[in-house]
Amino acid sequence: MDLINASWPWYVSGLAIALIMLLLQLSGKRFGMSSNFRTLCTLCGADKKADFFRFDWKSQRWNLIVVLGAIIGGFLASQFMSNKAVVAIASDTIEHLHELGFKSAGQAYMPSELFGLDALSDPKIVLVLLFGGFLVGFGARYAGGCTSGHAISGLSNLQRPSLLAVIGFFIGGLVMVHLIYPIIF
Amino acid sequence: MRTLLYLVIGILFGVTMYKSEAASWFRIYEMFQFDALHMYGIIGTALIVGVINTQIIKSFQITSLFGEKIEFIPKEKTIIRYILGGIIFGLGWGLAGACPGPMFTLLGAGFWPILVVIVGALLGTFVYGLIRERLPH
Repeated sequence: MDLINASWPWYVSGLAIALIMLLLQLSGKRFGMSSNFRTLCTLCGADKKADFFRFDWKSQRWNLIVVLGAIIGGFLASQFMSNKAVVAIASDTIEHLHELGFKSAGQAYMPSELFGLDALSDPKIVLVLLFGGFLVGFGARYAGGCTSGHAISGLSNLQRPSLLAVIGFFIGGLVMVHLIYPIIF
Repeated sequence: MRTLLYLVIGILFGVTMYKSEAASWFRIYEMFQFDALHMYGIIGTALIVGVINTQIIKSFQITSLFGEKIEFIPKEKTIIRYILGGIIFGLGWGLAGACPGPMFTLLGAGFWPILVVIVGALLGTFVYGLIRERLPH
């Protein structure tokens, strides 16, 4: 198995995520990425506007370092650990995406229609990306966590609230992809 | 020293998100179409091992590498915030095709439009902070 250049099978990926969570637990920290947005808001001065952002951001400094690592990791993996940056998604998925106009499906890591540089010249795409991000940021704080905080570490600690949140994640995702995509794309 | 540890954990996380393709918009779309096992396999494997690790740490009261007690703070036992917040998050996850961790990985990988998504996420967090008192939790 080529772990450097080929994409990782799901079981290797899942084990790696469990290892990352274990390392954080053994460091006395909790796996949760979305809380960094709150810290970044505070650093941008949001603490002058709302109580929610008045907290000791230095207690979250470790998590910002994890974010920095995640950026470096993305750089290293994309530059030095991939021969072919093509995601081999299911043929049914490719077909669906072609019907929606995503011609890059099956030929790229990310859809060039949304994440190619010229995509940003289309105001509609900019709005899609901005609004998508907005919902992620708003929803993650409202729900008190995202995929890492609820779906991985919350469920690992058998937290019923995390199960509710993950059910919500899937309701939202399914509604978006099946009911709203045909309207937007 | 601790800083270096968190940096290494972060790099491992970034590499994992990229190489597992969990950072790929295509994989998220495929997951919501139920067309492949891939994402479910990743989350399922992480979860099974995660449950075992967490239960071992709790039952043997294992201390951290720095000799501190490892604490697990239970989530607030309400309902509405998890369902409503979860649905809003899911709508965004489906639309942007990225959850918070992979957003940073994609930035490192040079997919610059992800910056727009990150700015959106910061705005969303900010607006939540402004109106949270008026929202049902």
